Amino acid sequence: MNENNTTVETQNEGVRVDALPSGPKRVVVDPITRIEGHLRAEVIVGDDGIVQDAFVSSTLFRGLEIIAKGRDPRNVPLLMQRICGVCTYSHYLKSTMSMEDALGITIPYNAALVRSLMDAALFMHDHPVHFYQLHGLDWVDITSALKADPAKASKLAFKYSDNPVCTGENDLIKVQETVKKFASHPQGLGPFANAYWGHTTYRFTPEQNLIALSHYLKALEMQRKVAQMMAIFGGKNPHPQSLVVGGVTCIMDMLDPARMAEFMVKYKDMKDFINNAYYADVVMAAEMYADEPSVMQPIKVKNFIAGDGLLVDRNEYLLSKGMILDGDLSTVHEIDEDLITEEATHSWYQVDKPLHPYDGDSEPKHTGFVESESVGPDGRMVHSANIDPEGKYSWIKSPRYDGKPVEVGPLASILVSYAKGNKYVVPIVDEFLKKTGLSVSALYTVLGRTTARMLQAKVIANHGLKAFDNLIENLKVDEESCAKYTIDNDKEYKGRGIGEVPRGMLSHWTRIKNGVVSNYQATVPSTWNAGPIDANGIKGPYETNLIGLKIADLSQPLEIIRVVHSFDPCIACAVQVMDVRGNKISEYKVDPIYGGVCSV
Amino acid sequence: MNVHQKNTSYDTLYKTFEERIDQLKRLPRLKEESSIEAVIEENGFSRRDFMKWAGATTAMLSLPANFTPLMAEAVKVADRLPIIWLHMAECTGCTESLLRSANPTIDSLIFNYISLEYQETIMTAVGWQAEQNLENTIEKYKGRYILMVEGGIPNGDTEYNLTVGPHGKSGKKISQHAAKDAAAIFAIGTCSAFGGVQAAAPNPTNAVALSEVTNKTVINVPGCPPSEKNIVGTLMHYLLYGTLPALDVFNRPKWAYRLRIHDLCERRGRFDAGEFVEHFGDEGAKDGYCLYKVGCKGPYTFNNCGKQKFNQGTSWPIQAGFGCIGCSEPNFWDTMGTVNEPLRDRLYHTVFGGLGADATADRIGIGLLTATAVGIAAHAAIAAVKNPKE
Repeated sequence: MNENNTTVETQNEGVRVDALPSGPKRVVVDPITRIEGHLRAEVIVGDDGIVQDAFVSSTLFRGLEIIAKGRDPRNVPLLMQRICGVCTYSHYLKSTMSMEDALGITIPYNAALVRSLMDAALFMHDHPVHFYQLHGLDWVDITSALKADPAKASKLAFKYSDNPVCTGENDLIKVQETVKKFASHPQGLGPFANAYWGHTTYRFTPEQNLIALSHYLKALEMQRKVAQMMAIFGGKNPHPQSLVVGGVTCIMDMLDPARMAEFMVKYKDMKDFINNAYYADVVMAAEMYADEPSVMQPIKVKNFIAGDGLLVDRNEYLLSKGMILDGDLSTVHEIDEDLITEEATHSWYQVDKPLHPYDGDSEPKHTGFVESESVGPDGRMVHSANIDPEGKYSWIKSPRYDGKPVEVGPLASILVSYAKGNKYVVPIVDEFLKKTGLSVSALYTVLGRTTARMLQAKVIANHGLKAFDNLIENLKVDEESCAKYTIDNDKEYKGRGIGEVPRGMLSHWTRIKNGVVSNYQATVPSTWNAGPIDANGIKGPYETNLIGLKIADLSQPLEIIRVVHSFDPCIACAVQVMDVRGNKISEYKVDPIYGGVCSV
Repeated sequence: MNVHQKNTSYDTLYKTFEERIDQLKRLPRLKEESSIEAVIEENGFSRRDFMKWAGATTAMLSLPANFTPLMAEAVKVADRLPIIWLHMAECTGCTESLLRSANPTIDSLIFNYISLEYQETIMTAVGWQAEQNLENTIEKYKGRYILMVEGGIPNGDTEYNLTVGPHGKSGKKISQHAAKDAAAIFAIGTCSAFGGVQAAAPNPTNAVALSEVTNKTVINVPGCPPSEKNIVGTLMHYLLYGTLPALDVFNRPKWAYRLRIHDLCERRGRFDAGEFVEHFGDEGAKDGYCLYKVGCKGPYTFNNCGKQKFNQGTSWPIQAGFGCIGCSEPNFWDTMGTVNEPLRDRLYHTVFGGLGADATADRIGIGLLTATAVGIAAHAAIAAVKNPKE
């Protein structure tokens, strides 16, 4: 499909080194599209096509925590919400919780449940959108779907679901016709133009591609519906606006039975899509990609941390918190926050004056890229601006736990819950493993990460309405929706909000003095995963996961994209100013009871 | 900036539109294979649905009902216009807003249908190939493409706090490059229109609005995020007139931003009756009382949220019991005070040298309202129109 390849060998077979000098070569991928934010990946590839070294850089800095300082604590949650329009509710919620924790506010049970339902809507929105709209085209070759036999594909869909979605023969014919029109015209591909179609590592059959493509289009429609779920209680989405310090403002919607029913019906529709399309497609991917090295290469960072997620009853969560070390599922450790540190050896910040987090003042120090060469789009060496691995190269810092790198995200959450015997999670994981014939160890892969995200969505889709039922019951006897509180300008407060969000464990830490926020930090999932090399030369999850990867075509590094997308990067989130090297985030700790804010 | 149509009779205007559409029809199509009518039909909409939508959009743009057939014609030529959408210092919320449009309504079909040549969140091409797509589009459709930009732009010493692409070009340089040959430029969202959240004090990255890095006219479509209706409506206006819409002092299209949130508010009766929510969760909150005393900035904010709502008419912040935060106003993070208190109780100084946003809103607000005093007929049209959602 790529007309620029005509200058050299156009075949996608093997490593194209004909136009390249021998020896290790650099491949730059920037911008990485289909993510939130601005991200680049650079790899050094040997003559055998194997990635020898990898570097990941975030290329945007905004400094929202600096902006938070000096503002009213009631304004900051809305400001922090603007960290990200995709995680549009996560930062709003955790920031609000941090203020409540600081001010010693216990929110009403109704408010906690409504917040949880909005959170469920976010998870059920975010994960399918990631799988289909962002990650899907790394697995699905649209052009191959055009060759499929719709009748055959329609039958095949029953292999993966008893109740398939949008895979009737006529549905599939229509999908094919729509896309055919698109593809037949040189300019017609619009946003799908100039992709890596026909790449040798696409594994689905034409029929499987067609099923997934039909779901891709259906997911676009479903995501609008799920966004409405959040808007029912949140006023709008993205950037809902119904959480205040002390509770929620949407009491009129909560007391309106028609409104509540609207939420429930949409929830059930999405539950059906998750169970019969999303689940089915991941089962299909597990079958077809089980021997594709680029998604089955074992991951090297096997330390995982997860937070509590989705309150469904007083003190009961759907997702469990805890830590797994070295992939050992026999023990789930408690998280000792004194052991969490952050540093910026290779990040674009000053690090020469270690400061206490309360006084933390991370001054940016941007050194940019170095002018050099890398493999260009036509398979020849071209000029480009490259990362200097010896120097600073990213706006993201490197968090460590006891000096170790850690992965957070749905994989961590599912593994922790599974290891803890969580009654909501274990049956769903076991069912998937049985259906695909995979072992638990197969989860420590790119495929596993993508699978875990789906399993987490399924757990929430299948059990999240417990919070809804409890809300209905509680509203019969209690209409409280917001707690009263006062802020004493003469007092100092500190607090945090913490828990599992779609991209992993998120925490916001705040300190209030003279009635305004005097310091603020967010510890964000993508920071844990995407950070650069630390002072000891240890790499984080993104970079280690890229090393050892075999790239079939240096000018079309689909394998790199697949690995990076599997983390669901949220880069605007990841770049948040935190404390300087070696300081303990735990200094912010006030209450040893984890997540004490949301439990009532 | 204020377009000359102000004194033009509707007949003349109608003729202008017809000429404009004819002119667009003569341009080569980007997609020969399918017409927008076919796409609409394929997606289960009847001709009647389509005309209803066209009628609603006509009214939204404050045009008389007899312009409806022209609106329908204009949509059909929408596929002639390639779009480049750039991401600067942003949160992707505006893109997300766009993706939420419709259920599906025809708005979204247009957005699926128009030629979205470069959009980093949804495009498949990556890295070098992505950069090629951008360059090819600029080259091929020189002077014809519409540029939409999401996000503020780091400037000055910190210009390179945002780089995109294998050559490490700054966001500023890329947007200047794309702006140069654009037929029209829309700043989508408050960040691109006014600098946004990263430009709030102390603005660590010297983030500025798109209009500050280009000499060309930028149409601002602010909001955090703006509704998809306002984005689509702005595009429709461009198709019809071939010129800029009438703009207010902040370059916002008047058809969307001429009235205050307060003017269109469903709780306005409560305000006039003196019925206020005193604190969140009280009996007044359950009865839908006015939110002014718990911080609503509706009286100082110009936007059509109360009428268009969000997520296919599901709700909007005031319906959800939270006051307006003024997100479509310049520098609202610094000028609108505490979100849950009326402005007089603000806690820290504003950029207006102590005058405060109250004074600002009064002065600028009065000025704006005076400037938009024309158009009684347009108001009637707005009042008469029903929500087009199906």
